[in-house]
Amino acid sequence: MAVLVIADHDGAHLRDTTLKVVTAAQKLSSDIDVLVYGEASAVAAQAAAAAGVRKVLTAESAELKADIAEAVSALIVSLAGGYDAIAIPATASGKNVAPRIAAALDVSIISDVIEVVAGDTFVHPIYAGNALETVKTADAKKVITVRPTAFAAVAASGGSAAVEAVAVPAVTLKTRFVSDEKVVSDRPELGAAKVVVSGGRALGSADEFKSVLEPLADKLGAAVGASRAAVDAGYAPNDYQVGQTGKVVAPGLYIAVGISGAIQHLAGMKDSKVIVAINKDPEAPIFQIADYGLVEDYKTAVPALIKALG
Amino acid sequence: MKVLVPVKRVLDYNVKVRVKSDQTGVDLANVKMAMNPFDEIAVEEAVRLKEKGVVTEIVAVSIGVAQCEAILRTALAMGADRGILIETDQDLEPLAVAKVLKAVAAEENPDIVLMGKQAIDGDNNATGQMLSTLLDWPQATFASKVEISGGEALVTREIDGGLQTLGVTLPAVITTDLRLNEPRYASLPNIMKAKKKPLDTKTLGDYGVDAAARLTVVKVTEPARRSAGVKVDSADALVANLKSAGVL
Repeated sequence: MAVLVIADHDGAHLRDTTLKVVTAAQKLSSDIDVLVYGEASAVAAQAAAAAGVRKVLTAESAELKADIAEAVSALIVSLAGGYDAIAIPATASGKNVAPRIAAALDVSIISDVIEVVAGDTFVHPIYAGNALETVKTADAKKVITVRPTAFAAVAASGGSAAVEAVAVPAVTLKTRFVSDEKVVSDRPELGAAKVVVSGGRALGSADEFKSVLEPLADKLGAAVGASRAAVDAGYAPNDYQVGQTGKVVAPGLYIAVGISGAIQHLAGMKDSKVIVAINKDPEAPIFQIADYGLVEDYKTAVPALIKALG
Repeated sequence: MKVLVPVKRVLDYNVKVRVKSDQTGVDLANVKMAMNPFDEIAVEEAVRLKEKGVVTEIVAVSIGVAQCEAILRTALAMGADRGILIETDQDLEPLAVAKVLKAVAAEENPDIVLMGKQAIDGDNNATGQMLSTLLDWPQATFASKVEISGGEALVTREIDGGLQTLGVTLPAVITTDLRLNEPRYASLPNIMKAKKKPLDTKTLGDYGVDAAARLTVVKVTEPARRSAGVKVDSADALVANLKSAGVL
């Protein structure tokens, strides 16, 4: 049994998401190939160095670089014959393409896998993470998306896999790429950060969001996140959103500032190792899952915290 | 232009779900059910496109138990023109739903299938992508903005790290993200009018689709509970605690 892992990268760096999906794939097989598509050259070498990787496949084209689902799924389906399972990171890009591959192969999709029980049995969260479902698939070929935060990363070095370019199948696309609008940030990536500082609606404005949370995040070397309420109110960009419909994070330390703790938000952060809640409402649901709670207005609590951190 | 909007009846998003003690599933007896929030956004977008004169007919479709009719009536009250209820007691997986929707699309010939990006019960985020693959139509998922012109939909999508805009040739499948719009509430007169709008009831058998389950649910369990935390009374105490917990 061999597994094809789809790499997550930005054209220059392999994200450690990929290394985590390799760990999940190792529970299925020791024969793991990694596919790097898009701008592959720099990233392929990094994937080849990852521990436990048998072979790195690369594929380059403009459509693949733009991550057009029709092109990406056609590529992966063309390779699927050689694999018993295809493991895809549960990122926006992975979720976009994985169900297409499953449908093209006429197999079920198993989304957001957090545990591999056996070669055909997987655990994944349902109902915003309020229940865990263990499912066994009857399909010969498995297509799964893997929640990276649920797995440790394999070592980024020590491997010496061969790199091999694969043919890009010709597809008549009905999709054209128009533009990209990336949010530029010097901070650690939200999904991979060891510390996350998140703000909610209580912060009241985009300026306040920046002026209160950024100094604290700087102090801790943290990524900044937000609740849906804060994003909807325009205090933070969309891709800061932590929750059922945003990103799922599991950092060592998660600090929730002015976040009440709706079910949908908790779905995105309740697997953090240590959760701190700063909220002036002692009845806020966030305190039910926080390891340490500080009932105080963030306006006094956050500056005091920065000061206490030295 | 015709739009098909699939809608799903799910547990109301405010309800905290309870796992059954025998681990066979979650307890859905006597709990409030509602239209999946992402599907409300899809209905709203279809209605807005109709109000702009881009769309002429909106057909809402739901697959599930007889009570799904109430969800379809809600869609009709929001502005959909007619409904199709495909009745089944079977709990269908995304692949089976996509196959049924493909058959509905073959019958209805819509220019756009507009649907939620995920249902908040299964959290699969798969049906739209599967449907577009089966139909061999292009897809634009996680849409936060949709503009239709000249046989193409320009769709801005929410991706990790920002936004992406794609142009998809119609017919296409578009799945909605939260920020696409703010769904309207159905007014009482519209709720009354919706009762008179046409609603066809069909069965799974009418579509001759293989909807057999591929997955067996072994068990459904509760996630590990976090142990109760402590409240501290100052930032200094907080930092001291975090240091002793080893996270600072």
